[in-house]
Amino acid sequence: MSDLLDLAALYAELSLLAVGGVQSVIPEMQRQVVTVHRWMGADEFAALFALAQAAPGPNLLVATVIGARVAGLPGAAVATLSMLGPSSALILLASGAWMRFRDHPWRRLLQRGLVPVTAGLVLAASVLLVRSTTVGVGTGVITAVAAVALVRTRAHPVLLLACGAAAGVLGFF
Amino acid sequence: MTLVRPTKAALFAGFFEAGITGFGGVLPVARRIVVERRRWLTGVEFTELLALCQLVPGANACNLSVALGARFHGISGALVALAGLLAAPVVIAVGLGGLYAEYGNVPWVQRGFVGLAAAAAGLVVGTGVKIAWPLRGAWRSVLVGGLVIAVVDGLRLPLLPTMAVLVPFSVWLHR
Repeated sequence: MSDLLDLAALYAELSLLAVGGVQSVIPEMQRQVVTVHRWMGADEFAALFALAQAAPGPNLLVATVIGARVAGLPGAAVATLSMLGPSSALILLASGAWMRFRDHPWRRLLQRGLVPVTAGLVLAASVLLVRSTTVGVGTGVITAVAAVALVRTRAHPVLLLACGAAAGVLGFF
Repeated sequence: MTLVRPTKAALFAGFFEAGITGFGGVLPVARRIVVERRRWLTGVEFTELLALCQLVPGANACNLSVALGARFHGISGALVALAGLLAAPVVIAVGLGGLYAEYGNVPWVQRGFVGLAAAAAGLVVGTGVKIAWPLRGAWRSVLVGGLVIAVVDGLRLPLLPTMAVLVPFSVWLHR
């Protein structure tokens, strides 16, 4: 029961902090799940994050998968709904105002200020994840290839994930 | 081009398709469905709405389904679109999680997950680089981004107070 309450509190908070998307709150999610609540190790967190990325659908699924790991199906439901609730309420309120203020200068101002914060948070998330997924030269190579391929080619992200998994199964490291 | 006003059933069906076919990112699929195939919005309207969904916190694709559902059918439209988007992916994710819990200790499955996790981390690196690259010449943005990384990764401070200070600072700095 206390796990469910902890999941609800954690994901409701992350819902409102996820500027630019779910990847922005990965560092905080990892800090809370691994360091504060000690639900799992950093390596399992990285594996569950990867699993959520490999499934179709929005990347909010990382909350679903971690909720399920911590407290079964009720945990999955609580984490998913908590991650959805606050931000959905906010977008409902904001989408009315958005159309009225479409040409207002504060909109661009807010956008300009938020982008570097999102960039910092996603880079911070990548540092954390790479630190827990790099267990040798092989995994480091997989990470580097996926990153470069995403930036420089039009390769589909799921193809890159599949290549990483296949390299692992074949014992590339 | 004449636009179509979707029924609630069409909202559910459209977002269901976006959810189940949206591997590695729902937004490109959602755009194809909403703008090109079902003609609920023009391309410009879609881009406008997407900008809002990225500005408001939360998963961008979920925000899009809520905002679009609400535009046509109020709160019940928002719920229907969101339910359509999430129905299949949530079931699949829970199923994959169950398989991982069951077979995660089998050596070759374990190796597969280590490789998968390494690739997923690489995709986050790539995404971060893509977002940060256009900002590289602007010292204000580099300063804010560097501060965020130092506080979040280096000091491991809680995110809520960090954002409460850094977001207003960044908006003020970029005014």
